[in-house]
Amino acid sequence: MTSFVDIASLDDIPRQGARVVRTSAGCIAVFRTMDDRVFALEDRCPHKGGPLSEGIVHGDRVTCPLHNWAFDMNSGQAQGADKGHVRTYPIRVENGRVLISAELIARRAA
Amino acid sequence: MKRKLVVIGAGMASGRMLEQLFELDPDAYEVTLFNGEPRGNYNRLMLSPVLSGEKTYEDIVTHGDDWYAAHGVDCRFGEPVVRIDREKRVVHSNRSSAEYDALVIATGSAPFIIPVVGKELPGVVTYRDLEDTNAMIEAGVAGKDAVVIGGGLLGLEAAAGMAARGASVTVIHLMGHLMERQLDPAAGYLLQRDLEKRGITVHCKGATKAIIGHGHAEAVLLEDGTVYPADLVCMAVGIRPETRIAVDAHLEVERGITVDDALRTSDPHIFALGECVEHRQQLFGLVAPLYDQAKVLARTLLGQEAGFQPVQTATKLKVTGCDLFSAGDFAEGEGREDIVFRDPGRGIYKRLVLENDRIIGVVMYGDTNDGSWFYGLMKDQTDISEMRDTLIFGPAFQGGAQPDPMAAVAALPPEAEICGCNGVCKGTIVQAVQNGATTLEAVRATTKASGSCGTCTGLVQQVMAFTLGGALVEAPSGMCKCTDHTHEDVRRLIRSMGLKSIPAVMQELGWKSVGGCHSCRPALNYYLLAEYPLEYSDDRQSRFVNERNHANIQKDGTYSVVPRMWGGVTTPAELRAIADAAEKYDVPMVKVTGGQRIDLLGVRKEDLPHMWADLNAAGLVSGHAYSKGLRTVKTCVGNEFCRFGTQDSTGLGIRLEKLLWGSWTPHKVKLGVSGCPRNCAEATCKDVGVICVDSGYNISVAGAAGMELKETEHLASTPSEDEAVEIITAFVQLYREHAKYLDRPYKWVAKVGLDWVKERVVDDLDNRRALVERFEISQSVYRRDPWAEHSTPAETPRWAPLADLTLEAAE
Repeated sequence: MTSFVDIASLDDIPRQGARVVRTSAGCIAVFRTMDDRVFALEDRCPHKGGPLSEGIVHGDRVTCPLHNWAFDMNSGQAQGADKGHVRTYPIRVENGRVLISAELIARRAA
Repeated sequence: MKRKLVVIGAGMASGRMLEQLFELDPDAYEVTLFNGEPRGNYNRLMLSPVLSGEKTYEDIVTHGDDWYAAHGVDCRFGEPVVRIDREKRVVHSNRSSAEYDALVIATGSAPFIIPVVGKELPGVVTYRDLEDTNAMIEAGVAGKDAVVIGGGLLGLEAAAGMAARGASVTVIHLMGHLMERQLDPAAGYLLQRDLEKRGITVHCKGATKAIIGHGHAEAVLLEDGTVYPADLVCMAVGIRPETRIAVDAHLEVERGITVDDALRTSDPHIFALGECVEHRQQLFGLVAPLYDQAKVLARTLLGQEAGFQPVQTATKLKVTGCDLFSAGDFAEGEGREDIVFRDPGRGIYKRLVLENDRIIGVVMYGDTNDGSWFYGLMKDQTDISEMRDTLIFGPAFQGGAQPDPMAAVAALPPEAEICGCNGVCKGTIVQAVQNGATTLEAVRATTKASGSCGTCTGLVQQVMAFTLGGALVEAPSGMCKCTDHTHEDVRRLIRSMGLKSIPAVMQELGWKSVGGCHSCRPALNYYLLAEYPLEYSDDRQSRFVNERNHANIQKDGTYSVVPRMWGGVTTPAELRAIADAAEKYDVPMVKVTGGQRIDLLGVRKEDLPHMWADLNAAGLVSGHAYSKGLRTVKTCVGNEFCRFGTQDSTGLGIRLEKLLWGSWTPHKVKLGVSGCPRNCAEATCKDVGVICVDSGYNISVAGAAGMELKETEHLASTPSEDEAVEIITAFVQLYREHAKYLDRPYKWVAKVGLDWVKERVVDDLDNRRALVERFEISQSVYRRDPWAEHSTPAETPRWAPLADLTLEAAE
């Protein structure tokens, strides 16, 4: 059972945009789609490490700003001819608040 | 039960062999890969761009950790193999061991070190792998003396790479001319001349006697008494197959490890490929035959029949600006004839060697476009007696009808590489087309062919046309995979249907995707704001990161900040503010740009609004160095200071920049204003260039100095500065209203024609004024500083992380 922690208001993230959450496991990109769904992905493209949080969000996909790799935010899988995977994290919206997996607090660099 | 395959050496040959093996049967073998170098397979052919600084190691990695993991390869990198126990079928490295059912030796080659005094001095290096390359880079060759011993392919690439890094380079070559194995003396001479033009000294017929130095290389002494100073000596005289491990295991070894056609060594369980093998008394150094071996060995390992047949290969030199091609045999001999073409003025030399009406050798220098055509005739042993008279002029001159361009493409084998950037071969493209990818966009999406630098686009289209049979189905390709409408159609429909938002366009024009894609969204946003400047509000989320964040993203995710310097003019106070900002935000690099301003590179995103506020306080605004919009107006000092200046070019430049800044355009726009025809502002390769003369202003447009190089074309001349400004404004507005998104002005003008443009912005005065008026309406919204808008107290926090869980965890 995943437990969640409140990180922000949904309105802090622009529609079709993203913000970054710093964790000890690295930066996590928190995306918000046009229809107010949220996704949390590792903020690092497997290709050349580009910040996915700065990519253009279209539908439930995001395109890396450095070399245009596109990822399905549901699975973290690269689309089209590119092969690669970005780690996704549990996240949800409740009463206008964004909650992310509490694991990200627990997992500290020892 | 999977069989066990052990591979010694993670080079290009074994890498290709593994790719083939996994493709044919991913489950046949469990693979253990030993490599002496502490890394996997990378593209060794690309070491010269790494040396010259055009690429980094990361750019040339062929197999990353992910690839090995995905194929379950047990990687033992940094573990040189020390012994093969053939009886027990076990391989021992310095740290571990592995059993095998089949063993592949792919140890490659080692550089040949000439036995001269001083060869072991520090500062003497070879050029073979990344360590060597890095050693040369780290030696910091800039401003130092470097000597390369060996004027073959490798040596010249090393020389050019070090010269590009600022070394003063001398090449010492034993033979009478450079690259004597690939070139004849005439082509060798042209090559030497080109290298000397680049400041590289070439000493042919030079035998090295000793390397001199106390504790470090200091100079190279030749047999003839010449001494060349040398802080760095690079030995690139040749390679020899790396066979020690095979010799120790008592395998049959001549110059290389002997293999049969199936690439089997004298032990039936052991195979070898690459530069370490000898096949029918022949050694291999170029990549093409190694890839053929890889294909054969993969089949052999799977128990399939396959035999390696060496074919002649062609050579090209990877030194920018030296265009040479060589294939086959070009020694003179009985029964051999030459056809030679020389153009001394342009430095072109072509020579075909014929025997029995067949081409047996090709050497070309300066213009190598027809190289692959000649090579094809040579490989196929085509009888050329019919076309002999015009043969040397290439395929364009054969027979009455133009040669069928498809023929060349049709003749390519499926594994011929079409897209070099993404390593896509013909077969992959053909397969994609057969599976329904019938537009260029679709082929790009499924194979990545022509998706990077784009120079192979024409070839990709030819392969598509050939596959589809006949002419390419030029169902005018849609602006992206989200729609079949072209850019032009979408623009027209936005206007005629009065569509005023991105969702409206997507809905009414039947977009096939939910929210568009990274390619159509910025285009739509531009078309809408250009069409409806007052009604449409810019959609920040449809902008590429640089325009969204008003700074240029760098490869590490930091940004560069470039304040505007009107016409390239600045003040001590502005420079002080820039210096203060650079220190305050720990800017790792401050660089002067080609557009006469200062670039602060390596700024963290969260620092951007703070830095902007500081710069704003000193009166500096965004230089839009990141936008599809007005970039810079480059000027010279003009008649205010210069004794040749005819007009106030600086003043005109500043006036234009203050008028045009902030405007969004289909692609970036750069201007130049020179005060006299000496053209110090280099105005004639800009999108708009003004050359001042005594009688007024010559305005020219549609230049380019990027992927393409093109001089501007004359648009208009006028004695009046006001009219010059008006014409330029009208030109920019016409471009804004008509060009396809991401077409620079030179591309757009080529499509519509310069006369069409002249008619509207020069001849038709009413139309010119109307264009200027519409530009002004748009500028009433966009002529403002985005940095000021994004560095307010309300906006600034949005540039920082949303939350910091590392802090919470610590509490």
